Order: sequence, then structure tokens, then C-alpha cells
Amino acid sequence: MMFLRYAVYRMFTMLLTLWVVSILVFVIINLPPGDFLSNQIAELRATGQAEGVAKAEFLRAEYALDRPLWEQYMIWAGFMPGPNGFAGLLQGDFGWSFEFDRPVGEIVGDALWLTVLVNLSAVLFVYAVALPLGVLAAAKSETWVDYTAGFVGYLGLATPNFLLALILFYYGNKYLDLPIGGLMDPALEGEPMSWEKVKSILLHMIVPTFVIGTSGAAAMMQRLRANMLDELSKPYVETARAKGMAPARMLAKYPLRMAFNPFVADIGNLLPAMISGSVLVSVVLGLQTIGPSLLTALKSQDQFLAAFILMFVALLTLIGTMISDMLLVLLDPRIRYGGRE
Amino acid sequence: MTTLLEVDALTIGFGKAPPVVRDVSFSVQAGETLALVGESGSGKTLTCRSVLRILPEAAQLRGGSVTFAGHNGPVDLINAPERLLRSIRGNQVAMIFQEPMRSLSPLHRLGNQVEEVLHLHRKMGHAEAKRRVLEQFDKVGFADAERAYSSYPFEMSGGMRQRAMIAMAMVAEPELLIADEPTTALDVTTQAQVLGLIRTLQADTGMAVILVTHDLGVVANMAEKVVVMNKGRVMESGSAAEVLGAPAHGYTQKLFAAAPMIPTVATPARALSYDDVILDLKNITKTFTMRAGGWRKPVEIKACRDVNLRVVRGKTLAVVGESGSGKTTCARVALGSERPDAGGEVLFRPDPGGEAIPVHDMNRTQRTAFQRQAQMVFQDPYSSLSPRMRVMEALTEPMEIHNLGTRAERREKAEEMLRWVGLDPAMLHRYPHAFSGGQRQRLSIARALTLDPRILICDEPTSALDVSVQDQILTLLEDIRDRANLSYLFISHDLAVVARIADEVAVMRAGVIVEQAPPDTLFYNPRHPYTKALIAAQPEPDVTRPIDLDLVARGAGDPTTWDDMFRFEGSRAPDLRELEPGHKVRCHA
Repeated sequence: MMFLRYAVYRMFTMLLTLWVVSILVFVIINLPPGDFLSNQIAELRATGQAEGVAKAEFLRAEYALDRPLWEQYMIWAGFMPGPNGFAGLLQGDFGWSFEFDRPVGEIVGDALWLTVLVNLSAVLFVYAVALPLGVLAAAKSETWVDYTAGFVGYLGLATPNFLLALILFYYGNKYLDLPIGGLMDPALEGEPMSWEKVKSILLHMIVPTFVIGTSGAAAMMQRLRANMLDELSKPYVETARAKGMAPARMLAKYPLRMAFNPFVADIGNLLPAMISGSVLVSVVLGLQTIGPSLLTALKSQDQFLAAFILMFVALLTLIGTMISDMLLVLLDPRIRYGGRE
Repeated sequence: MTTLLEVDALTIGFGKAPPVVRDVSFSVQAGETLALVGESGSGKTLTCRSVLRILPEAAQLRGGSVTFAGHNGPVDLINAPERLLRSIRGNQVAMIFQEPMRSLSPLHRLGNQVEEVLHLHRKMGHAEAKRRVLEQFDKVGFADAERAYSSYPFEMSGGMRQRAMIAMAMVAEPELLIADEPTTALDVTTQAQVLGLIRTLQADTGMAVILVTHDLGVVANMAEKVVVMNKGRVMESGSAAEVLGAPAHGYTQKLFAAAPMIPTVATPARALSYDDVILDLKNITKTFTMRAGGWRKPVEIKACRDVNLRVVRGKTLAVVGESGSGKTTCARVALGSERPDAGGEVLFRPDPGGEAIPVHDMNRTQRTAFQRQAQMVFQDPYSSLSPRMRVMEALTEPMEIHNLGTRAERREKAEEMLRWVGLDPAMLHRYPHAFSGGQRQRLSIARALTLDPRILICDEPTSALDVSVQDQILTLLEDIRDRANLSYLFISHDLAVVARIADEVAVMRAGVIVEQAPPDTLFYNPRHPYTKALIAAQPEPDVTRPIDLDLVARGAGDPTTWDDMFRFEGSRAPDLRELEPGHKVRCHA
């Protein structure tokens, strides 16, 4: 019951945050002088292409770019009717990409889900690798196990991702016959979902997951190791030993449970870090995620596209934070019952 | 009687250094209590942990033997394989630790943590194990065993947690219980009750106890045999009556001399005159609002209520109370770092007969002056000195902040203050880690003195120190007070410490002062049941004067159960009345 109340409360604060973020995103994108269309109009005028100017002017009016900034925001977010009535984020209309001359929704469409897929699998990879290695490194601290895990981890942290990507592609293709680049077989692009397509996507994801996840896993492992070492010196560990518990069970039940909190709390930070970190990797690996689109959109001041992608990343972050907060409440009774009489 | 545990010539060391425990031998008979007594660094903790081989990883058992002769036959604990040792830990030999706050996992319910012992050693099913745990919770004094079973440690007070620890240790009915300073972190009345509990349980089950402690009073109340340790060696051992009655070794005699005691007083003291009050706390009430998360109701807590205290110039006013009594809040309000609720004020009169300044309503100049004239000495000398600052920097920094003197003058002052506190000025260039706990506390006193304060607020300045060091620091504080005509507001949980240094004592409980008088009056004729409980709970190093648990239980209990004269109605307390000159008691007329 209390958990439900907390969930509702947390949901409400999330929406509030999202609203504030939308204002910030919009303002920041509009901070540099000019916009895509006014740049284009100036360019068309300079080269004497009058017919293009008319279209650009039309788009300016269509997307209310000629109005004051706050009105633009209200229309974009869908709080206020624009030239075509209510057509903003709230109504599911993400605006027009001037650069690609297509609706934003159409451009990012598939890429959104692929982004989520790639990054979620990277997050799972991070946890699957960091958890056992971190615990092992702490339990066997200052032995060869610890040193090896640490060495491999730092190597992962220090190697530039794109370099790692190229190396893995080369050797993966040479020895394991892994596909190079892209997220699926080009032949299957645009096809409806099928078993073939799923298999192709899974196969294509191996290298990206590894590349995007390595540095996160290395950092996470080091954090978990440090947390575990802190916990291992706490008196309750001694109590557990004095009870006669075997080391492995004792580790899992007490110190790991305690060291787990920061581990869980990281979910929220991990997602955005990976998405922004994976932009370059996506370009190098030719992944059809939103990373490359974000890069072009920001460069060419394609404001609706950029704004939408930023909002999407913000939403992922907020959802991640919310998930970790809820998990913490479930995991840690001190948070759950802190005020119990 | 059979010998249960035989420790023979035990030697433990770290790395290449000389051993820290050397040739320690003692034996424990079935059913008896042996006390290992010593100050920090004496090796008593390492010795008791080596019995279960729960030692720091770097520790090496260099020699000697530990033989445990339980009902499963004798076992050589030093060389026993880990698996055999695990079957003994928690089963035949159980252990309780010093800090009940940190010795239980905060994320698991008490029931789960205690029941685990039975799962490990008795292979019991959940239902039967739970029944046994509930029984044990009953025995250790939980009013509602079922509720305790499903509680988390953070929902319990320190005393209750220690009871849960004891339940955990006792649930498998061990033959030997090792208690490592089991009551050191507890309030004195709680300590008395926990010690009483251990004794009762011991009488019921017939187990033997090794009690590790630094407190000779605890020893006198609990032990049949005593082993006094110092610097890793046994100084003296024998029956408690012998060792405590006529200590033969010089070190034991020294410990005795240093142990603070509540004196027996022949006549009450005269009332203190309040002609020249330096710090005057008037009607101080402090309410804290606890906001616990966005979806819970804030809770209001009154940390102290209607506190009136006057510190007389050149004298020491001691505020005594157990944890949560509001004594530290009073000190913080007095220093101006907390603002009291409306209606309360603190007046500071820097010069005799001079103008009184309201501490919470000062202008900039007055505030700067006040920050010079009122200084603080903290409890924990290990964390109150920056480990990255040399002594020189630590001592001159306050003067730099207040722009006092030239560099040379500041240095001179720092040297002078070091001499005042009994340290060598040559130590100015060392870092704090090179000093012992007592020396560090001297440093923090020296630091407080560099600004020539008028009043020192000492918040439990000796609680973290060994008894012999505590004695030296108290002597030092007395010397300095008389030499510099300082006034002290002295916060403590220990009546015996306060007995020697204070000119007036205010006893606080749950935010209110229950009794206030000069110490001699207070000890000659304690009136309030809580004061009586505090005095009774103080363990005396004398086997013929055990703690009167009834008296403790009566006074330390819920204020609604006190005698009619002192009873609280709900949270409403009776007024503080002056029963005789200088002796105030919170009671009905």
C-alpha cells in the first residue's frame, strides 16, 4: 500500500521533472541565434533561388517559428493550438525535420526502438559482467584474481570505444564469422518482423553491446569492489562469521546486499551515459540508432529533431531513475520503514 | 569443575613487528565468568577473538594453544580445520560485540538473523526455529517477541539491539559466551540491565562467559576470575575478590586509582551563588521538525524543554544525561549554532558586571568576539583534528581567522599552549596521526585555548578515552580552568566523571532537567528516581557492592510509572522546584 502511494508520488514528480526538462531543452536549442529555416532562407536568397524561399517561409508559418519563443514552446509541447490546431508532443506529433524534409516521427521511428534495444542489452551486459567480477575482486582482494580483474577492467576503461569496435569487428568477422556494421542484414531492412530478422539483429548486436558496455562494466566493477571492501570491514560481517556461516553464503547474504544499493542506484545514470557515449560508436559501427541523427540535428540546428531526441534521452533517464528508486525502496527496509512507528 | 577453555602461551603478531599478544595463558571453568581487563591496545580483544579465530587477516597466530573441551570432546582451536571451526562458532562458542548499532545487518529482520543460527547448526525447519527464537526473545526481555521478530535493527534502541545480539548468541545454547565490551556503547542504566540479563541467562543455562572490558566496575559485578592485561601481556590474574580487593600489580593499582567513582559524601554542599553568571540559558525549548520523504507527515520532536541553566564565572556546570536526553542540543543552543524556539534566550556576559549580550541576536562585531570567547572541545579526538594539518597549522589557524598577532606571535602562543596542556613544543611539526588519543585530546584543548576564551563548552571530552587517560585529561581541564579563570559547560553521560570536575550538575532526561544541585548535594541526597537510578547503575569496582537492578529499573523506566511525587502526566512534566537551597527537583509540591 505504501509502496503504491510512493509509486504514484514518484510518477507525479517524474512528470513534473519531464515538464521542466522540456522547457530547458527548448530554451537551450533556441539559444544560438537563428534557426534552420532562417539560415536556409538567407542561403537561398544569396544564391537567388526564390521558389525555395516560398516553401521555407511556408514552413516557418506552419511550425509557428515566426511567433515569440514562449508561444513556440507551448505549441511544440502541445499546450496551445498552433496553425493546425493542437499538434505537439502531448498529441504525439513530434514536429518536422527540416534537414531531412520529413516528419521527425518517421525519421526516428525504428531507430528509437533499436536505440533502446542496444542500450538495454549494454546495460544488462554491464550488470552481468560487473556483478560477479566486482564481488570476486573484493572477496579475493589483493590476490591475482583481484589484480587480473582490475587490469582487464582498466584496459576496458582506457581503450577508446571506436578503436575497440574496429578491432572486434575485424577479429569477430575473421574467426567467428560475425557480421560487420549495421544492426541487421541490409536485405532485411524495412521487412516486417520475422524470425530471420530477429536472428540477424541479435547477431549484429554482439559487438556493439560489448563495445558500449565494456567501459561501463569496468567502472561499475571497480565501484562494486570498493563498496564491497567497505562493507567487508563492518562489524556485522564479523557477527555473521561468529555465527559459523560459510564464507560464500555469508558474502551473498550480508555485504553484497549492502553493497547492492549504489549498484541499483546507478541504473538511472547508466542509460543516458551510454546513449551519449554510444553516439560515436554508432557512427563508427553504422548502427541505425538515434545517436547519428542527434549529431546531425545539433550541427544543423534542426530544432524539432534535436529537441525530440533530447527529450527522449531525458525520458529514458527519468524512467531509469524511477526504476532504481522503486527498486531501492523494495530492497532497503530503512527507506521503506524509516518512519514506521 | 571441568576446564572448558584452556589458553596457553598464546602469542599473536602482525607482519615482522614484535608480537602484540605475548604468552597469554588462562583457563575458564564450565559455568564461570572470566573477565579480560585492559585498556585499548592491551591485546584483550585479539586474545578473545583468537578463540574463534576471527582475527584481522594480517594477524598471525605465532604460538601457544587454545583448547576447547566442550561436550563433543576437546578441540585444538588453533589448528582445527575451518569447517570444524565453523561448526563450533555460534554453536558451542558464541560471541557478542561492542557496537550493537553496527553488529547487526540493517537490511535483515532480527528474526531472520537470529533464526539463521538454528538453521546453520540445528538444521531446524522454519516453524520450529521460529518458536525457539520467539522463546529466546522472551527470555532476553522483549515485551513483544513477535514484533521484535519482524523488526529491523534500525527500529530499535541500542539496548534493544544488544538484547537481540544476546538472543542471537544464546539461541543455540552455547557452552561459552565471549562478550567483547558488550555494554561499552550503551547508556549506564541500559548497561546495568544488559549485565543483569547476561547474569540471569548464565544462571539459567550454566554457560561460561569471557567478558572483555576496560571497566573494573563491570568486572566487580560480573566476574569470578580476572585477567588484567597490558601491552599484550598478562599483568595479574586471580579471583575477582582477590584482584579487586587487594591489587598486587602496580598496573592494576593504577587502573584502580584512575577509575572514576561516585564519592560517598558526608555532608551536602552549600548552594552555589549566582552573583556572576557568564552564560545564562533562559527558558530554552528546541523543537526539531523531521521531514521523512515527500509522502510522509513531518514529525515534531522537542529535543529540550524549558531548560534554565546558569554557568557561573570560573565554575563548571555539568549537564548529565543519557543518549537522546537533549544535552548536546543545549550545548549547541548555548553556542548559538541552534536557535531556540520563541521565548527562549541565551545571555552571554563576557566581563564581570558588564553588559549581557543575547547570543542569538548579536551584531557582526559581537558575534566575532563571541566566537573567540566561547570555544568548544569535542568528544572524538580522532575526527576533530584534520589529519592533513600539522599541529602548528591546527593551533594557529583560529588566530589567523581572527587576525590575531603576527606569525611569530601566533607561533609563540601555540608553543605556550602546548606547554599548558603538557606537550612538548617540539611536536609542532608533527601530524595528528603521530599522537595517541589522550595526546590528541590535549591538542584539541590547546587549540581551543589559543584564542584566550572565557568559556569552554566540552562535549563528552573524555568519553572516547581510556580510564587512565581520562583521569589525566580531567586533571588538565581542572588546572586550566583555575589557571585561566575559565568557565566550563561540561556535557557528559557519566555521573562519576562529572563528580570530580563539576560545581553544579543538571541531570537531564528526555529533554527536561529532572534534578539540579552541586554534586555533593546530589550524591548525599538524590531525590529524583532517575538520578537515583543513574547513581545505582554506576558499576563500582568493589565486589561487595553490586548494582541494585531494582533501583535502576524503577528510575530508568517510563516517567508515568514513577512515584506520585515525580510522575509525568502524558508528556507533561511537573515543575522544577527548589526543595532546599541550591537543590532543584522536578516534582509535584
